[in-house]
Amino acid sequence: MVRDITLGQYYPGKSAVHRLDSRTKIIGALAYIVELFVVNNFWGFLIAAAALFAVIAVSKVPLKFIFKGLTAVFLIIAFTFIINVFLVDGRVLWHWWIFTITYEGLQRAFFMAVRLVLLIIGSSMLTLTTKPIELTDGLEKLLKPFSKIGVPSHEIALMMTIALRFIPTLMEETDKIIKAQEARGTDFESGNLIQRAKSLIPILIPLFISSFRIAQELALAMEARCYHGGEGRTRMNEIHFHRGDAWAGVLMVLFLAVIIASRYLGALF
Amino acid sequence: MRQSFSQVRYTEISNFIEVKNLIIDYTRVDDEGRTVLATRAVNDVSFTVEKGSFISVVGMNGSGKSTMAKALNGLLLPSKGEVIVDGMSTADEDRIWEIRSRVGMVFQNPDNQIVSSIVEDDVAFGPENIGVPSEEIRKRVDSALRKVDMYDCKDKGAHMLSGGQKQRIAIAGAIAMRPQCIVFDEPTAMLDPRGRKQVMEIIHELNEDGITCILITHFMEEAAQADRVIVMKEGQIYSDTTPEELFSDRKLIEGAGLEMPPLIDLRDRAGLPESITTIEDMICQLK
Repeated sequence: MVRDITLGQYYPGKSAVHRLDSRTKIIGALAYIVELFVVNNFWGFLIAAAALFAVIAVSKVPLKFIFKGLTAVFLIIAFTFIINVFLVDGRVLWHWWIFTITYEGLQRAFFMAVRLVLLIIGSSMLTLTTKPIELTDGLEKLLKPFSKIGVPSHEIALMMTIALRFIPTLMEETDKIIKAQEARGTDFESGNLIQRAKSLIPILIPLFISSFRIAQELALAMEARCYHGGEGRTRMNEIHFHRGDAWAGVLMVLFLAVIIASRYLGALF
Repeated sequence: MRQSFSQVRYTEISNFIEVKNLIIDYTRVDDEGRTVLATRAVNDVSFTVEKGSFISVVGMNGSGKSTMAKALNGLLLPSKGEVIVDGMSTADEDRIWEIRSRVGMVFQNPDNQIVSSIVEDDVAFGPENIGVPSEEIRKRVDSALRKVDMYDCKDKGAHMLSGGQKQRIAIAGAIAMRPQCIVFDEPTAMLDPRGRKQVMEIIHELNEDGITCILITHFMEEAAQADRVIVMKEGQIYSDTTPEELFSDRKLIEGAGLEMPPLIDLRDRAGLPESITTIEDMICQLK
């Protein structure tokens, strides 16, 4: 069950999206997330969704792969949906006991859910089409100007590389611990919320300890391979901007303009 | 092929690694904040490693073999004594990276020594650290991956591979540094028989290419494939001989808390000559 999260998993490919410089994609994904919060009506979401699906189509990442990542965060989306449906004031559509559903609440809940779905797919498109090492290299280069004011750009990038690398390993470890604890009679399924939360302790503590063990072994292996900080390091694949990145930039600006325009489009209908 | 190497060794003897009276202590801080000796993991060990040789180190758990291995490239520094690699002392901080690029290391757990998610990026990690130019890294990574027969998997995610494949990637990562010596710290302990066989084949190939191999192992049949076997017990060298001699001395092996490999057991019980130490020898004899 825990292996379903696609966030942070690379889908190998050679599409135009894959070939873009990681910096372009990082900026693009960030801009897309911000733009999703600029959108305030149905038309805007339609445009944003269409743009995202165009990117998915070009990238040739299978839809099944993308939606699998959504199932893991389905609960969060459902939760925000319900909160929004019941807690927003406005024109009452339905009322029973302490529950009130309003037209505005329904609309906001729907928008929020769509926004979250697009946000998750949008950001996972970044990690699905970018090799982790390119992603972190791009981040390191983007953060480089800030290293003058003390931002440890290389260290942040390396931490991300390792975090992405160890997501699957730690998930396997979690699976193993869950099975080991279940074999010892730990019950994760029954009881109220507090009891269930408490039953996570026998998973979290061994996981914590084993991640320290893994970190220690990894540090030793890195030292054995001459890792001594970012200074004097070279790269196998230096990242470069190409013509495709310029076109992507143009499309991104165009998209921004359309999204801003969409705010006024809603007023026309 | 291995024999041709041992011939070379006798003509031009050159010591690549010299371990002189090595002592490694593990210390801990007691309740009053003083540093006290917890265990003496390696106790006065001396030996030399000749260029191009293939040495295996065996011993029970806690015999100090892994600790000793980590001292060979300066991951652990001697509490007393000295480790000299190619004329450089591991205690010399200025040359530690040079030593580590000459003495590569492969660890037991294949999962916990892979740094990058993608196979080829991980193999490139070592050369990147020592500042090799981009095109040269590309070449080294490709040839290292071909050497371990994992070139077809170069774009794959490391987590998709089997334990044996991961261990081959780790070996490729060490080869890409172009070391003169590789220390294998129980590289097959977590692998299935097939992965174990492949890893051993790679170690032999590397040794034939002239890379000095030091294999720390629990498996006596693996130890028997080396030119020389060092047996460790309680932090000290218990014996340092050829596999032929070691496996003709049942008392010595049992004294170190080890077991005869099944093949040698069979040999002794069948009354076959003591010169037989590998399956190949046995096949020759039986034919």
